[in-house]
Amino acid sequence: MNQLKSASQRTPRAGAVSLAIKLVPWLVAFCLPLVVDGNTSGNFAYCLVWAFCAVGLAAMWGYGGILSFGQTAFFGMSGYTYGIVTLNLGESWISSWAGLVVGLLVSVVAAALIGYMIFYGRIKGVFIGIVTLSVTLVLETFMAQTAGPQWAIGAARLNGYNGMGDMPQLTIPWPGGPLTLENASFYYLVLALLFVVYWVTRKMLDGTFGLALVAIRENPQRAEMLGIDIRRHQLLIFVFGCTLGGLSGALYTIWGSYITPSTMGLTSAAMPVIWVATAGRKSIGGAILGTALLVWLSQYLAIYGSQYALILMGAILLIVVLFAPEGLLPFVLKLMRSLATRPQTPRRHGPRDAFEAQKGE
Amino acid sequence: MTTLLETRALTKRFGGAQVINGIDFQVTAGEIRCVIGPNGAGKSTFFKLITGEHRPSEGSVHFLGRDMSHVLPHERIRMGMSIKFQIPGVFPELTVRQHLQLGLHRARDDRPESLDALLQRFMLEQEESVLASNLSHGKKQWLEIAMAVSLGPKLLFLDEPVAGMSVEETHATGELIMRLREAGLTIMVVEHDMTFVKQIASRVSVLHGGRLFADGPLDEILARDDVAEIYLGRKK
Repeated sequence: MNQLKSASQRTPRAGAVSLAIKLVPWLVAFCLPLVVDGNTSGNFAYCLVWAFCAVGLAAMWGYGGILSFGQTAFFGMSGYTYGIVTLNLGESWISSWAGLVVGLLVSVVAAALIGYMIFYGRIKGVFIGIVTLSVTLVLETFMAQTAGPQWAIGAARLNGYNGMGDMPQLTIPWPGGPLTLENASFYYLVLALLFVVYWVTRKMLDGTFGLALVAIRENPQRAEMLGIDIRRHQLLIFVFGCTLGGLSGALYTIWGSYITPSTMGLTSAAMPVIWVATAGRKSIGGAILGTALLVWLSQYLAIYGSQYALILMGAILLIVVLFAPEGLLPFVLKLMRSLATRPQTPRRHGPRDAFEAQKGE
Repeated sequence: MTTLLETRALTKRFGGAQVINGIDFQVTAGEIRCVIGPNGAGKSTFFKLITGEHRPSEGSVHFLGRDMSHVLPHERIRMGMSIKFQIPGVFPELTVRQHLQLGLHRARDDRPESLDALLQRFMLEQEESVLASNLSHGKKQWLEIAMAVSLGPKLLFLDEPVAGMSVEETHATGELIMRLREAGLTIMVVEHDMTFVKQIASRVSVLHGGRLFADGPLDEILARDDVAEIYLGRKK
């Protein structure tokens, strides 16, 4: 946020710390595939795939005050659309990219429709959460009963709880045959997309659009009296955030060539909220880093028994809500900044100063 | 003199209660108009009917000659109305500078007053990067007025601009408002504080029981016994 930025500009040292905190994670992420094997890079890509969803929610919730449980609905819509498009168009690089683009378009249109009903229907606060949760649960219930052969769109069987599978992965045209983006190359694609999304989101939220969103969140009536069209702003950030949820869904489907209705279930719907609340909902970089780490932690724990992973997620959320309500990363950053800006005690003259002071007393 | 704002037979009912009762009212360009009246006179409702927060039950509001019946509040702002609310509605997590940035971004003029000029005019230079939640009450009120002015309005509404201010702050606010008027702004003020009203107003409108009870030059209104009886009472 801007006030944090201006605080960090007070001393050069704090500014350097701030920049390092922003840059180092990206550098580490860039170098990771160089030191691990392809399979592990693929697993890291999986952790990053979910970050889009979290960035979208952080923008909506942290800035606009819109708590949506519907990220997974757009995740699922986009994922299934990718499957339907690519299974029908066959394996070619055009098919895979068309699947991704159409998946995103479906998210945009669906988010615009749902958002229009929410914001122009004057639904506010906690009710937005209830409406969006209902949307995702309805979608899950609907997709769950599509196991029969009659539920097919062209060549794509929806398959109910068995899930839709065997979609082709993303490919790019290459001399000597199309190149499939998998493992390290897929990781770099996701990382590049994530950086673009981070940069665009920060640019948007640090400008007057972001200020207007914060104003609407804090005092909608006053914001309206500044000539701000509240509903339009809320709709825009909602569509933006939900589309990022859709991007996560499409990339997830590409990564595993598989999607099931459970990605839109209650547990899945709660996860983005947990990640963003834990990482810090007012920090876009924090949401990315926090989500990637938490997804990695869940995966790591899942190897030893999945129920523990969820229990731990719940415990982490509880601790954060109690002790660092702003989120874990802003809490750590604040701590580091306060250490960096702490006035330096002149050690050279320390004892003498103390002596002088004593004399003075 | 051109009429900037006009209400025609403006009426508002909430259920069975008639809060505003057929008010015909005009504000001409360049004046400072104070709207006064005892508690429950309907001042706030009248104000909200003009800004578009409430829809009239009957009658109409005209701004710059245009009927405002179907114009949304934020569109009225873009047409040149600007409002400072009674209770400071600043945004706690934004700095003073960010508040003014928001306003200037939506300013109607091509070349709005610069941010630094606004900070100076409203005596907020020292607080530029302070979060609004950390401002004193008086400074919050000034920030509110500064925000309303930053939009470059034609008509500025101030709802109790000096509520909760010290005597010195009230006087300084009065001088600020006089300077805004000298700069060509038309200002409508709803106020309780009669010392303040006497400092700034040229014309005064008295609301009583949802009706426009009296309307005219300050001295004339203050001299009327019936006005004194319903509102000014011992204060006269």
